[in-house]
Amino acid sequence: MLGITKSFGQVLANDHIDFSVRWGEILALLGENGSGKTTLMNMLSGIYQPDEGRILEDGQEIYIRSPKDAYEHGIGMIHQHYKLIEVFTAAQNMILGLDDVKMDMRQVDARVREICERYGFEIDPSMKVYDMSVSQKQTVEIVKVLFRGANILVLDEPTAVLTPQETVKLFKVLRNMKEDGKAIVIITHKLNEVMEVSDRVSVLRKGQYIGTVETSRTNPQALTDMMVGHAVSLNIDRPRYDNPQTRLVVEGLTCVDEEGITRLEDVSFTANTGEILGVAGISGSGQKELLEAMTGLYPVKAGSVRFLNDKGEEVELIGKTPMQIRRTGVGMAFVPEDRLGMGLVGSMGMTGNMMLRSWRNGRGALLKRKDPQALADRILEELEVVTPGTEYPVRRLSGGNVQKVLVGREIAIQPSVLLTAYAVRGLDINTSYTIYRLLTEQKMKGVAVVYVGEDLDVLLELADRILVLCGGRVSGIVDARTTTKEEIGLMMTHLGGKEVNG
Amino acid sequence: MSNVTRTPFVRLAKRTDIDPRRAWIIRVASIVIALVLGCIPMLVTGTNPVEAYSVIVQGSLLRPVYFRQTVKIAIPLLACALAIAPCFKMRFWNIGAEGQITIGAMCATYFALYWADRVPHVMLLLIMFLAGVVGGGLWALIPAFFKAKWNTNETLFTLMMNYIAIGIVAWLQGGPWEGRQGSQIIPKFADAARLPNVLGVHIGWIFSLVLVVLMYFYMNKTKQGYEIAVIGDSTNTARYAGMNVGYIMMRTMAISGAISGFVGFMIVAGANYTLYSGVADGVGFTAISVAWLSQLNPFAMIVISMLLAVLDKGSTTLQSRLGVPASVSDIITGILLFTMLSCEFFINYRLIFRGRAQDKEDGK
Amino acid sequence: MNLLVTLITAGVTFGTVLMYGTLGEILTEKSGNLNLGVEGIMYMGGAFGLAGAFYYEKAVGAAASGPVAIVLALLAAFVAGCAASAIYSFLTITLRTNQNVTGLALSIFGTGVGQFVGEFMRLSEGGYVALSNHLKDSFAAAIMPDFLQGIPVIGPILFSHTVFFYMAVVLAVLMHLYFTRTRSGLYLRAVGESPATSDAAGINTTRYKYLATIIGGGISAIGGMVYIVTTAGCVWNHEGLSGVGWLAVALVIFCIWRPLNAIWGSVIFGAMMIMYLRVSLPFMPQQLYKILPYVVTVIVLIFTSMRNSRDKQPPASLGVNYFREER
Repeated sequence: MLGITKSFGQVLANDHIDFSVRWGEILALLGENGSGKTTLMNMLSGIYQPDEGRILEDGQEIYIRSPKDAYEHGIGMIHQHYKLIEVFTAAQNMILGLDDVKMDMRQVDARVREICERYGFEIDPSMKVYDMSVSQKQTVEIVKVLFRGANILVLDEPTAVLTPQETVKLFKVLRNMKEDGKAIVIITHKLNEVMEVSDRVSVLRKGQYIGTVETSRTNPQALTDMMVGHAVSLNIDRPRYDNPQTRLVVEGLTCVDEEGITRLEDVSFTANTGEILGVAGISGSGQKELLEAMTGLYPVKAGSVRFLNDKGEEVELIGKTPMQIRRTGVGMAFVPEDRLGMGLVGSMGMTGNMMLRSWRNGRGALLKRKDPQALADRILEELEVVTPGTEYPVRRLSGGNVQKVLVGREIAIQPSVLLTAYAVRGLDINTSYTIYRLLTEQKMKGVAVVYVGEDLDVLLELADRILVLCGGRVSGIVDARTTTKEEIGLMMTHLGGKEVNG
Repeated sequence: MSNVTRTPFVRLAKRTDIDPRRAWIIRVASIVIALVLGCIPMLVTGTNPVEAYSVIVQGSLLRPVYFRQTVKIAIPLLACALAIAPCFKMRFWNIGAEGQITIGAMCATYFALYWADRVPHVMLLLIMFLAGVVGGGLWALIPAFFKAKWNTNETLFTLMMNYIAIGIVAWLQGGPWEGRQGSQIIPKFADAARLPNVLGVHIGWIFSLVLVVLMYFYMNKTKQGYEIAVIGDSTNTARYAGMNVGYIMMRTMAISGAISGFVGFMIVAGANYTLYSGVADGVGFTAISVAWLSQLNPFAMIVISMLLAVLDKGSTTLQSRLGVPASVSDIITGILLFTMLSCEFFINYRLIFRGRAQDKEDGK
Repeated sequence: MNLLVTLITAGVTFGTVLMYGTLGEILTEKSGNLNLGVEGIMYMGGAFGLAGAFYYEKAVGAAASGPVAIVLALLAAFVAGCAASAIYSFLTITLRTNQNVTGLALSIFGTGVGQFVGEFMRLSEGGYVALSNHLKDSFAAAIMPDFLQGIPVIGPILFSHTVFFYMAVVLAVLMHLYFTRTRSGLYLRAVGESPATSDAAGINTTRYKYLATIIGGGISAIGGMVYIVTTAGCVWNHEGLSGVGWLAVALVIFCIWRPLNAIWGSVIFGAMMIMYLRVSLPFMPQQLYKILPYVVTVIVLIFTSMRNSRDKQPPASLGVNYFREER
């Protein structure tokens, strides 16, 4: 892939990236969240088309306009979210959409078994997908891609959902496929896995191509440096707050999702007044679950979240619904990751969205519109929201304006705790700084702010302390003023940040 | 994701904004198209469509007697569409209004039959009203409960409940409540159990118009209306805002069923003065179209229900005057629904044809 | 015993009507389209089917042959059903209208058209439309050899039925094989389960949805025709036909979307609908038998949602339109 460029709106996701993979090798594509790895690979598999640049296969230029085109060129991608039909068997999923109608199911089964034997997969072609574990589903996806004749396989964070044992198994079949001459790309940010399985590593950072190195000639430290780069000064103002006090005590928080996978394990920390607690971690390390569990939206298996008010009285939040939490007088503001699907009502205007926090206020059955209307006007003015009016559906606003509406509303409840998830994702620089400023203002008012973020540069300059999550567990809590990017980078990928080759 | 090499013949682009005037032009055009298509069955029977339409208008609007009958048809349609509106706003596909009407009518009828000589006139009507409302509400609560608890498919559930309700009434009609043995007919109500007329139409029209205002108020100005709108947009947001989604679903369905039950009461006490299994007569289904085509706006429902009532009443006149089967009204109603449903597509999207794509985009 | 045999035989007669309606709707729903217009489609099938046979006989007079009349009636009903569901398909698939509302609109439209055609024939033919006894007999004739029909118990239960019943059984089996054994059947089910996944796999979802819905409508319409030419005695009878389409929708759920279940399911439903004429139970008023099919269906619906058995669920995308941009 040569000179690949892709932008989404104003965001440049890939900036003239050159990238190559050889037959018979495993290449690791390394980078932080938002560095453009998945975007790059999606262009290889036909989900997006590049704005600029060429793709060559064996020296020939090829055009990939759809996933089908990609298959025809022998390129298969295994996405993080599996594209399988649950009520079908493994074999039925494999033949979906194939033009070759002649093959009957017995032949399909035979073919699947042959592929399994060749590379060491364990899979029953007649098993229904809904009966499968996550790792089995992944196996089906990989076999599906091979079944369709792919010679170049792209795996997007394949180990994110696997246990260590399953990971070992996966790496074994990957090596078998490599021996067979296939080209394999794995997208990852786990350094130990990179060291263990890959032959070469290509590193991306913020949409830029940084370089490619032979795995045998590098070490995790060097790779981390490439991945996170040198700390960039953002000049975010970070005043100190005098006399911080403990506001939230989280102890032993453990959450299990519907499929029985542990999302959070024994998470403990405190959040203090007048402090921004940054939360770092690769995506899916439990950030979403942590915030939702604290606000009563995610079922908690064990642990406690205690809120301490100014008088030192404690309130236990676990086991309460969001409404009960609000009734106890705990001012808990939450800016969720999914802004339009969770934090806002897309079809309503600003006023209607202001009511989401206040609709129960006032006596009687009637909705009080006056205060929300005033609030909407105030936010419109203070945060310079660009909208035709406060009744204009927020769904139609640009991302930055949507976020201003959401953050503005949450701050307006005068919270004592403010939780934010990826508050600046997808926003332009100016809006991002507005958000930083707002959060810092809140901090200086004595609010305990929890900031889940993905950009380490921002975390280092905005937060006072940084909690690093790794696989649903607390990898460490460090002082943001003294720590380094490298240290956090290591903690994100290794529990405790100590074992380098774990 | 522009595809430079292979532009499809027609592409769709979502309109971000549409001139409201243009939207109305499209809507009116869709009605005109429906009326033009409606000429086909008339031509088949050898009737002059212009004459036929004028008969429809004359026979439904232009004489007080006819007009009153038309209003009588429109009342239950309007009230029932109002009942359905909050459910649809919540994206709860209640297509069980037919059954809820029937049960409401049944409950009201019980008191009309057995309490008529025991309580005074107004009191009796009040009791019948309450019975209808409670009956319809409880009937609607059943599918809502299972939806809230186990996410049972509400479309299919409410649909089935219609026929159970109708079956129960059919049994009463031929069994316990039967009038003359073997007649399969429930006796007519005593005068005390009949709704009074105002301006020649039973008082239900006033109630329905009041209900329009109330429902507009409920959906737009109350906390509960707000909850319904939020759930309809995203249940996740509703949970985030601290709403108990299951409870709100059940409450909304109970309200919806109660209004449908009220419609049932109006039909038996105001129009039929008796109960039979077909008491709802498709009103519950047609009202769904009325509600949807009005985009859940209560005031628009007045217009749409009148439009459908005009077709319905007018075509009976058409049959008696020109011998065109009255079922032509169903055909035109169907076509009208088709075109009006379709027109939303042309309001929300614009078609970009190959070749003309460029200058069109420049123009916009 | 005799009672049971009569009940089953009668159940088959009415069940055949339901079976067509149900099989058509199963095919439709497998593609993810919930077509609530079956009632209207079956009306149209009944009216146009009768018209097909009637005008054929009118054209050729006494020379009219039974088999030709059957084929023409089938064809007329099928085409009418296809046309009706083509409207539904165009609106929901291409113009993205709400499936429930569009289905209900089709229901109103279809009953109107059916009723109109029925009445129009009556009026234009001077008051009464009926086929000659000769044709009536050929529609209602039992086609199996006499010696099979003569077998006690089994004879009447299995071999005493019209050609339409056996065709429906064959259709159910074929449809079952289509869903479970063929590639295209697999793709169709995939479309109904997850149009996005199917689309990504390169399946033409639009084409599958159109074809399944249109052909499904045609099959459903045959049910209406069968009712008119068998149970109703070749006379337009909208009273008898009303509600049959809705019963077919219920039956689809009762069969948990499986064509083979439709064979016995429709016989049971058919029997339930006429049971009140033949069986009297002391604890149950006869009229209430008629609601049994719906009660049973509701119970099935509740149980499948409670047990959450993955194989017994409606097609996952049922009732939801699919647009590619929203991927």
